[in-house]
Amino acid sequence: MTGTRRQLGYVVLLAPLPAFLAGVYLLPFLGVVEWSFTLPEPGVSQYLRVFSDPIVLGVLWRTLRVCCIVTALTAVLAYAISYVWVCGSKTQATIVEFGVLVPFWISTLTRAFGWLALLYNQGIVNSTLRSLGIIDFPLMLVRNEFGVIVGMTHFLIPFAVLPLVSSMRHLDHRVLMAARGMGASRLRTFWSVFVPMTAPGIIGAVLITFIFSLGFFITPAILGGGRSVLIAEFVYVQTFQTVNWGLTGAISVVLVVAAALLIALFLRVARYNRLVG
Amino acid sequence: MAIYRPGPIALLLTALIVLFLLAPLIAVVPTSFTPSNYLSLPRGELSLRHYRTLLEAPQWSDSILLSLWIGMVASLAATTLATMFGLGIWFLRPRLTALLVGFVLLPMIVPPVVSAVTLYFLLTSLSQVSAAIGYDTWPGVVIAHVVMIAPFAVIMILVSLAQVDRSMDMAARGMGASLPQRIFSVVLPNIRFGVLTAAFLTFVLSWEEIAVTLFITSVKAVTLPRLLWTGLRDNVDPAVAAMSVVLIVVTVGVLVAVNLFRARRSAPTG
Repeated sequence: MTGTRRQLGYVVLLAPLPAFLAGVYLLPFLGVVEWSFTLPEPGVSQYLRVFSDPIVLGVLWRTLRVCCIVTALTAVLAYAISYVWVCGSKTQATIVEFGVLVPFWISTLTRAFGWLALLYNQGIVNSTLRSLGIIDFPLMLVRNEFGVIVGMTHFLIPFAVLPLVSSMRHLDHRVLMAARGMGASRLRTFWSVFVPMTAPGIIGAVLITFIFSLGFFITPAILGGGRSVLIAEFVYVQTFQTVNWGLTGAISVVLVVAAALLIALFLRVARYNRLVG
Repeated sequence: MAIYRPGPIALLLTALIVLFLLAPLIAVVPTSFTPSNYLSLPRGELSLRHYRTLLEAPQWSDSILLSLWIGMVASLAATTLATMFGLGIWFLRPRLTALLVGFVLLPMIVPPVVSAVTLYFLLTSLSQVSAAIGYDTWPGVVIAHVVMIAPFAVIMILVSLAQVDRSMDMAARGMGASLPQRIFSVVLPNIRFGVLTAAFLTFVLSWEEIAVTLFITSVKAVTLPRLLWTGLRDNVDPAVAAMSVVLIVVTVGVLVAVNLFRARRSAPTG
C-alpha cells in the first residue's frame, strides 16, 4: 500500500461525519439565516424588531433574569454537594453520586412532570402544607416563574457538579490539612483555602450552566405553563403559531452569537486554567 | 484527605439538596396510582388503571416501538460515523484537528432550540423532494437525532482513543498490516468499551430526545417523548405518571446493575 493510498483511507474514515453535518446542519442553518434577512421582506427589519419590540424585549429580559437566578442557585447547590462528594466518606459520596446520576439519566419530561406533581395547586407540597394547617389557600408554585426556576435548577445541577468535582479532585488535599493543622477553623479553611483554589471549576460550572440555560425549552414550557415564556418557547410559538419565520431566524442567529461569545469566554478561561494549573 | 471532612452544615445542606434532586422522581409514584382520570393524588383506594392504559392503548405501544426503532437506527448510525471520524483523526492527526472536532461538536453546543429550527428547515425542505424522508417521518427523525447525538459519541470515542498506545498500531503497520486489519484487529478491540458506551449513551439520548423532535414531528411520527409531551401540555393525563414510573424504575435498575457489574469487575484487582 502506497503512502497516498493510505492517506486516502484515512480521509475516507474522517470525512463522512463532517460532510454529513455540513449537509444536514450547516447548510440548513444558512437557510435559517436567510429567513432572518428575507422574511417577510429583504432587510434587517427582524433584527431591529428583536431589539425594539417590547414583547420580544420582555421575553429576552425574562430569559436573562431567569438564567442568572438559575445559574447562581445551581452553582451554590452544586458546589455544596460536590464538596461532600469529593471530601465526604465513602457512604456520603455514594449517596451524592446516586442523587446526581439518577436525575441525570432521567428524561427532561419525566422530571418536569415530577415537579408538576409536587407543586401544582392540589399537589403534594400544597396538600401537605394545608393538612398541617400552615396555609389556607394553595400557593402558586407552578405555571409561573417560580416553577420554571425550580425545574431548571433541578435539571442543571448535575451538569454543574461534573466540572466542580473534577476541579476539587485535582486540588492537593494536603494544603487543606496544613491549614487545619496550623489552627484554621473548618469554616475558615473552606472559605480561605478551598473555595479560592477551586475558583476555575466554579467559573467553568457557571459558564456551562448559563450557556445551557439560555436555550432551555421543555422545562420552562411545562412548568411555566405559557405564562412565563422564555426565548426558546417564544421561538416555538413564532415558528408554529404565529408563523413568523423571519423573526424565528433572527432570534436563532442572536442566540447563536450569544452562545458563541460565551463559549469563547469559556475557552479563554479554560486556557488560562491550563497555563496556571 | 482522611482528616479533612465536611462539617455538619455541609452534610445537612447536602442531604437537603439530594432530597431536592430525588423529590420529583419520588413524587411521580403516588400520582400514578390515582383512580381518577386527571392529575391527582389517590385518596384511599389505589388503582392500576393507568398502567393498564399503557398496555392496552395502542398509541403507547406504537410510540414505544417507534422510539426504540429510531433510537437503535440513530445510535448505530451516529456511533459508526463518530467511530470512523475518531479513527480518521487518530490516524491522520490533521493540522485542523481542533477545527474539525469543534465543527462536529457544534450540535451539542448550539442552543437546542436553534438546532431544532435548523432541522425543521432541513426536513421541510426534504419533504418537497420526497414525502418519505422529510417532516413528520421516522427517517427524518433519525437524521435529526443523528445530528444531535453524534457529538456525544465523538467525545466518548476520542476519550478512549486518547488512551490507546500508538506503538501497537505502528508495530502492526510495520509488519505490513492493511488499514482494515489495523482498524479491526488492533485499534477497535482496544476501544470497544468506549464504542459500546457511545452506542448506549446515544441510544438513551435519542430515546428521550424531545426539544428537536417537537419541531420536526406532528401526528404521524409520534415518539414516546412526543406522546408524553402531549399528555403533559394540555390537561395532564395520569398515564404520563404511570409511564414515568416505568421509565424511572428501568433507569434506576440499569444504573444499579451497571454499578454492581463495575464493582464486581474491579473487586479482584482491588
